[in-house]
Amino acid sequence: MTGAVWFYLFGGIMLAAALCVVFSRQPIYSVLSLLVAMFCLAALFVMLEAYVVAALQILLYAGAVLVLFLFVIMLLNLDREALARLRPFTLRGLGTVVGVLFCVQLIPLLSRAASGRSLAGVPAPPGTVADVGRLLFTKYLLPFELTSFLILAAIIGAVTLARSKQ
Amino acid sequence: MVTLTHYLVLSGLLFAIGLVGIQTRRNVLMILLSIELMFNAANLAFVAYGRAWGDLSGQLIVFFVITVAAAEVTVGLAIAILMARTLSTLHVDEAGRMKW
Repeated sequence: MTGAVWFYLFGGIMLAAALCVVFSRQPIYSVLSLLVAMFCLAALFVMLEAYVVAALQILLYAGAVLVLFLFVIMLLNLDREALARLRPFTLRGLGTVVGVLFCVQLIPLLSRAASGRSLAGVPAPPGTVADVGRLLFTKYLLPFELTSFLILAAIIGAVTLARSKQ
Repeated sequence: MVTLTHYLVLSGLLFAIGLVGIQTRRNVLMILLSIELMFNAANLAFVAYGRAWGDLSGQLIVFFVITVAAAEVTVGLAIAILMARTLSTLHVDEAGRMKW
């Protein structure tokens, strides 16, 4: 029963932080709210007994990706009006409607959640570094190697794009 | 009792919030942040499914998703910097041509 309390606590904080990301006027606040959401998601990963993924979530997302976002936002130094422009009453209000309808469609699922697949009876997969690494270097070796090409392409692309022209 | 459905609904809600962000915000950086939210919703669904079926592959796919997200953010932020430098705006409606 305590697991349910933690689930609703972290899930609620995560959804609130996600709403702050989307509807905050200041982009710095958006990035910091996303940081809160990442930490709550890492807590949920720990509850799912995916410890390595939780650590990587904090290290990679909070440590690398969001810092990159903060760097760029501070580097561009745009004024507040140019940065945040939310116009909910135009045609793009349709986007909000679509998203809300998507949420509403999920609600009937919750009523059937009690008959859903329980997580308590299933043995958790061994999520230690050794197990994950073994699987990564045997079954998923080819995708793992291919990600290096992807990262190389991203590095070259970023350097080429952001380089000054002269 | 927290079941798989709870996690999937939470993941769906997070995805929907990211979707609303993409469709309502017109700033490049905000759209990238919303895409990150949607990536994380997918990650949560993968880990929850892997946990429910006792399979470690769900966690490994999250590694690949994080890698792809990092690459996407790198290139996306480079494009945002280029946009701010050449067009001096980050508003996506004012950037009709993505070439130099």
